[in-house]
Amino acid sequence: MTLSEVTGIAGDAGNFTVTVKEAPRYVDMEKCIACGACTEKCPKKVDSEYDAATGKRKAIFVKYAQAVPLKYQIDAENCIRLKKPGACGFCEKVCDAGAINFNDTEKIHSINVGAVILSPGFEAYDPKPAQVWGYGDFPNVITSLQLERYLSASGPTEGHLVRPSDGKPVNKVAFLQCVGSRDENLCNNGYCSSVCCMYAIKEAVIAKDHVPGLATSIFYMDMRTHGKEFDRYMDRAKNEVGVRFVRCKVNGVEPAGSTGDLRISYVNEQGRQLEEYYDLVVLSVGLQTSKETMALADIAGISLTADKFAATSDFAPVTTSREGIFTCGTFSGPKDIPQSVVEGSAAAAAVSEVLAPARHQLSTEATFPEELDVANEDPRLGVFVCHCGSNIAGVVDVAAVEEYAKSLPNVVYVERNLFSCSQDTQDMIVKRIREQKLNRIVIAACTPRTHEPLFRETLKAAGLNEYLVEMANIRNQNAWVHSDTPAMATAKAKDLVRMAAAKVTYGTSLKNISVPITQKGLVIGGGVAGMTAALNMAEQGFDVHLIERTDVLGGNALHLKHTWSGEHIPGRLGKLIDKVIWNERIVIHKQHEVVGVEGFVGNFRTTIRSREGQTATIEHGVTVVATGGSIYSPDEYGYRRLKKVVNSIEFDKLHELKEKHVSSANTFVFIQCVGSREEDAMYCSKVCCTHSVQTAIRLKKEDPKRNIFILFRDMRTYGQREALYRQARKMGIIFINYELHGKPTVTENGQVLDVEVWDHVLHRPLKIVADMVILASAIRPKDNAKDLAKMLKVPVDGDGFFIEAHAKLRPVDFSTDGMFVAGLAHYPKPMEESVAQALAASSRAATLLSKMAVSLDAIKAIVDEKNCDGCALCVDVCPYKAITLMDRGDESGGKIVAVNVAKCKGCGLCMGTCPKRGVYVAGFTMKQISSQIQAALAV
Amino acid sequence: MLDNNKIGSVMIVGGGVTGMQAALDLADSGYYVYLVEKSGAIGGAMAQLDKTFPTNDCSM
Repeated sequence: MTLSEVTGIAGDAGNFTVTVKEAPRYVDMEKCIACGACTEKCPKKVDSEYDAATGKRKAIFVKYAQAVPLKYQIDAENCIRLKKPGACGFCEKVCDAGAINFNDTEKIHSINVGAVILSPGFEAYDPKPAQVWGYGDFPNVITSLQLERYLSASGPTEGHLVRPSDGKPVNKVAFLQCVGSRDENLCNNGYCSSVCCMYAIKEAVIAKDHVPGLATSIFYMDMRTHGKEFDRYMDRAKNEVGVRFVRCKVNGVEPAGSTGDLRISYVNEQGRQLEEYYDLVVLSVGLQTSKETMALADIAGISLTADKFAATSDFAPVTTSREGIFTCGTFSGPKDIPQSVVEGSAAAAAVSEVLAPARHQLSTEATFPEELDVANEDPRLGVFVCHCGSNIAGVVDVAAVEEYAKSLPNVVYVERNLFSCSQDTQDMIVKRIREQKLNRIVIAACTPRTHEPLFRETLKAAGLNEYLVEMANIRNQNAWVHSDTPAMATAKAKDLVRMAAAKVTYGTSLKNISVPITQKGLVIGGGVAGMTAALNMAEQGFDVHLIERTDVLGGNALHLKHTWSGEHIPGRLGKLIDKVIWNERIVIHKQHEVVGVEGFVGNFRTTIRSREGQTATIEHGVTVVATGGSIYSPDEYGYRRLKKVVNSIEFDKLHELKEKHVSSANTFVFIQCVGSREEDAMYCSKVCCTHSVQTAIRLKKEDPKRNIFILFRDMRTYGQREALYRQARKMGIIFINYELHGKPTVTENGQVLDVEVWDHVLHRPLKIVADMVILASAIRPKDNAKDLAKMLKVPVDGDGFFIEAHAKLRPVDFSTDGMFVAGLAHYPKPMEESVAQALAASSRAATLLSKMAVSLDAIKAIVDEKNCDGCALCVDVCPYKAITLMDRGDESGGKIVAVNVAKCKGCGLCMGTCPKRGVYVAGFTMKQISSQIQAALAV
Repeated sequence: MLDNNKIGSVMIVGGGVTGMQAALDLADSGYYVYLVEKSGAIGGAMAQLDKTFPTNDCSM
């Protein structure tokens, strides 16, 4: 439901009535074919919201080229006709589809649902009202979002970085961090927006890629690159790409004469006032909750934090203050894409916990018409040539490709589409297949990687077997890479279409393979992440086995006292453990380790061994890896050698026990980044800055006379944690910045410790006489993670953390189907992120466990019994261990190979290796491939 | 409330990357989903981004 807003939520968890107001689109979605004729004729130009006002759109517009739904809309505020009846109306005149409806009206819907998820997102801070750094006054001061649009191929300058004031190329660009973040004066956003440091680095790297020789400088307070692989990215940006980082306080941006250049004045770390000149200044704007979203919170009746984000608990990070209403994404605090995606899945898991009894109550399976048998028909090919807007048609002469396709053997129908993937074109293709009795289809468009599933569905809808389609990639592998040579690109497009037609001519109907799912989960690791995942799966109605290596549940959380927001961990942990123990769907295996893993999605067999050596095998459909992490034991700063040097967890215990060294101590020194962000461990442990600041605050509260120093590299109190850092500074806790090349030293001096650190503000060494030194030790992966990874056949990174399927979009899935990861095993993270990830893993698992069977595609190796002589060459090359050698079981006494279709990925290595044509891949038969090759060579 | 009075559908307010992920998971595990979006198309802020790190993948 687009152009829609929630105006009321009545009822209770399990049964809400939501009122939704749908604004008029003034374009009939059923009729609009997104041809764009209306926009072309529309005389009214306004700033494009999508382009963050760097470009223009018309009053009738589509949000962006790949928008879903790809339907035009009229902006009533700016439409001449809607403002003045009788005027303009050009769009209506040119719309052949008759889709324009100026009489469209607002509609009110009342919808009954069991739960509500609020994911309204953020708005970028607008620096205009406060004229931050001259934004709004100086045209060459832009926001980071605007730079994204300038850098984008779909942006106003098609990816060419030019100055807004005069269109001149940019040579020197400055990024100013923390605009609309960590600032209570100009914008009242005291929190850190968490994402700007990283996106600024990315934009700088990409801008340098666009403009060779571009000088980029990032002016910052602390670089907060705390996510997975972020520090490495920053390191590469600094040392390989040449992005300059300047820790400073900027105090002015002024125009340098009338050239459009800008002068930045700042105070560097040594306290010196400096000036530099730039031709473009980018403001790294923060994230904030919009007024509309605050109104939504009011309608939903949920509480917000002081920073105006949805209030949640660290142990229930997607649960709002109103039962049955959940939240995810940046509404509950600034966060990056992976964490937002994690929370999306987590919210789904939380909903499912409430609504599990009503699962499958309202959902329907998509139904398709009965499949036609085309085996005995002569091939009748239909070719659809996609313009992809101007992506293809802007380079390739698509009309010529269309004409050429008509001349190919067996081709009976050819058509061009603006976007072959749009919904209306899909419907049209179905119609054409029926009308023209087509039985093989070529789609000349983009990549099958993203779009083949869509076209397969289209064929199914027309009653054709879904494997009778072939895609010719005339965009990614042609129009995009040969944009400078359009004539040759057109010739290549013809070649690709000819090859695809040749291959699909010999295509046959194939049947997907259905594999039953064992509806049980297995969770490895009984810490907070593992227990949360197990409990959620159980509450969703699935049986779960929980494997824990030690004799207690709780993991690392057993050593923790408070989350960053101050929630008491032992209390919450105890409740969680109780729930897990008492849940009858959860079988707990303490003092057990995984020793063997077999099988595939839906059908895993895991062997576990007890401490006494007894083994058991568990059959299950999904696996969640939540093996946790451990604290790094440093060899520096006198740790282990000096009694008064302890790590933060040890200190918490001593502090709680009121141990005499702690209670009598007066001066405390915290050293940050111990074992983090160094050559061998180039990652941030994410939790230590906040932990140290929290401990320091507690010490200072107990006795304000205590001297507390925190020696840090970058303070990474990201998100709403920034409030703690602010409080600590106000309380008089002293923060001293050190660099990796000037690490502090700790030496024993009688009853006290001498801590020396190079103060590069004062340009001299600083000596602190300390009673206690607390090391913020890194989080390391568990020592057995690599062995487990090998058994599970999932990857770990150089640091030893498990690698997810996709850093952004599949943050809890492994690339192996049916396996998921959560918690510290994936990367260091605080409580609420571990819990969210665990819920997300459970949600992803439930998408499989809620089905009786999983459908695997039909592109699988098939053994030709006549030809296979059992030489077994294919057995060794198969990377998925899907092929086994067995006896033929007949009088010949010979051997033959067999393929496990559930393990086979259809890669074709076996087919390429086989000297006897004894194995082939369905959909890629020798006949299909050879005819494709012959077509390639026959010009 | 009795379990059998629960409604097997969910409303998601906001069609950005987060809302879409929640919608997909719920639809894939047996619930009917209403995805409510204020603007004319789903996609949210991520659709405005050029590329994403660390892979520099296109955001689309």
